Amino acid sequence: MTASKATTAQAGTPAASGYRSLSMPMRYLINAILVVVFLVVGELMIDGGVVSRYQTGVIEQIGIYIILAVSLNIATGYLGQLPLGHAGFMSVGGYSCAIFIMRMMDVVGVTARDFVTGSPAAVGLFVIGIIFGGVCAAICGLIIGVPALRLKGDYLAIITLGFAEIIRVVMQNIDGVLGFTLTGGAKGLTGIPSYTNFLNTFIVVAISLFLIHTMMKSRHGRAILSIRDNEIAAESCGVNTTYYKTLAFVASAFFAGVAGGLYAGCIGVMAPAKFGFMKSIEILVMVVLGGMGSMLGSVISATVLTILPEALRAVSDYRMVVYAVVLILVMIFRPEGLLGDYDFSMSRVIERIMNHGKRPEDFAPATTPAVEAVATAVASGAPSATTEKDTGKEASTHE
Amino acid sequence: MRTQPPALPRFYWTCVRERKCCAVTILTQVLNGLQLGSIYALVALGYTMVYGIILLLNFAHGDIIMVGAYISWIVMSQLGLNPVLAIVLSIVGCAGLGVLIDKVAYQPLREAPRMSLLITAIGVSYFLENGAQLVFGADAKVVPEYFDLPSMSVGGVSLSANAIITIVVTAISTIVLTILVQKTKLGKAMRAVSEDMGAARLMGINVNNTISFTFAVGSVLAGIGAVLYSMAYSQATPTMGIMLGTKAFVAAVLGGIGSIPGAVIGGLLVGFAEVFVSAIGLSVWQDAVVFLLLIIVLVVRPTGILGRPMTEKV
Repeated sequence: MTASKATTAQAGTPAASGYRSLSMPMRYLINAILVVVFLVVGELMIDGGVVSRYQTGVIEQIGIYIILAVSLNIATGYLGQLPLGHAGFMSVGGYSCAIFIMRMMDVVGVTARDFVTGSPAAVGLFVIGIIFGGVCAAICGLIIGVPALRLKGDYLAIITLGFAEIIRVVMQNIDGVLGFTLTGGAKGLTGIPSYTNFLNTFIVVAISLFLIHTMMKSRHGRAILSIRDNEIAAESCGVNTTYYKTLAFVASAFFAGVAGGLYAGCIGVMAPAKFGFMKSIEILVMVVLGGMGSMLGSVISATVLTILPEALRAVSDYRMVVYAVVLILVMIFRPEGLLGDYDFSMSRVIERIMNHGKRPEDFAPATTPAVEAVATAVASGAPSATTEKDTGKEASTHE
Repeated sequence: MRTQPPALPRFYWTCVRERKCCAVTILTQVLNGLQLGSIYALVALGYTMVYGIILLLNFAHGDIIMVGAYISWIVMSQLGLNPVLAIVLSIVGCAGLGVLIDKVAYQPLREAPRMSLLITAIGVSYFLENGAQLVFGADAKVVPEYFDLPSMSVGGVSLSANAIITIVVTAISTIVLTILVQKTKLGKAMRAVSEDMGAARLMGINVNNTISFTFAVGSVLAGIGAVLYSMAYSQATPTMGIMLGTKAFVAAVLGGIGSIPGAVIGGLLVGFAEVFVSAIGLSVWQDAVVFLLLIIVLVVRPTGILGRPMTEKV
């Protein structure tokens, strides 16, 4: 975090440092262009028949699992808690989104066919449905988050696990209590129109990742990270820990709900048994393998772990055992996950190219007056700790 | 995914169906609650032992019970050997498995953050479940009756011998465990390690062996639990450990984790809650009720009924 701060500080004084950097709008533009290019290439490949229908379905699932893994990462990697009930939020989102869309279809006059052709009404219904699913999951997140976040570690894990179980039991038996068919009981909710396609999955994934990324880079995100690093220290520095823990938890639940909404449209059937403890663990494995706190890690491991079982259908019996062994080995030999908390940044790469492969820290020392002052201070024998602090202070005043 | 435990003994259901709300029914239900609660209590004791010493929520504990039930099935059903041998082998097998898991998976992570340890435990649990599924298949295996025991009838209440054995064995196990922890030298070492691992090591206690011993004790309890569970439900499935383990952990947390009487109280509480919910005809909701009970207790008393309040060190 200090490193990124220093970078922005120097980005403000490009002339002084000689380091060529990208402005913020430029960075957004580059990323937006990349997203559109990916989208267009994907659409062209699907329309051109390069990617089969089955493969498109797998790609949609990859997108859904990416959202799930990255959203769980908010609570696990960034907040440092271990919720074991992510599948519960996913099922709440999925059920509420699917039920909402199915009930509203008649009201708005949208048919299942319209979701394929993409009429404006269908698109609007999809957007509202997905957000509705997310909000329902977020409300559940709030309900469980408030009591759960008073507890720590294992207690939090077990209470979220318990809550997900309660959700599963409720989904299974709510029809009997209500007296009419809402969730379809243990048999599941069938006849969900396939409102999920590559285009809207891709857009939802891009928006979700963008929102989560910007949230984590903002002041609120830093507050959440500070709670992970040291809760007591964060609290004594004036971070409202209860508020930020709940915020992270609710955000995590919201995006799980969004993913659940997509999932319902992708699979077409919602059954309570699908959202048991195992599903939560599956998502957790993705986060842990990729690296807790690394968005890129979550994205890569969600992609790989969704493709692998499809590719290895022949040996699917061994898949789960291999999963388990890999999980244990990673924890023993690389507890921080495969990528640790490394994150990829396109703008950083471009800046490296613009500066002929040099890093910002290769530039800074020799040129800024602040550093010169420090250099003289070092020469005169001042303790190094204070000099380092001075550099930081000077650099930020330049901003 | 998760299999419901099979139905309780038949006389129990007839009572529920006919809605006989007489003293006999109530007594029968109490006995059922005690039997189920005793099994939960035994398993919860295993959780509490391990949690007390290395602060690890041992997710694999429930699956150790599953393995124990399969050992009984192999010995009696496949090899056709003596039931006593089956009981002994189940308990010894569980103890060995517990120690093996500790040595292979948990020992390398003694100094690692708690989160890594917890995820490893989940990994071990996942491994055992899927391994069992691979080896034995997903279908349920029938564990034969260990002994052909008659059920007695006292004043209209039918006392099944299984229930009485379960309750008595649990009571004896709890007493033995308490003596072990409070009176013996090993128990003293266990308490010392649980209080301060570093200081215990400086005092010349072999910390790793003490922890392994704790795992062995916890797993012996799991083995006994496996035998008692097979007596009551006579079947083994790869996923039976999840629900049993989770509910027993709920019991341990309810009672206050780390406390032996707490685990027993929690186990009985969970057992009674389940039997009660089933008895009033809401058996589909029984899992939800158990977890709701947990949430309520944790919100009111974050360290459980008998738990010591935690103080946070900076």
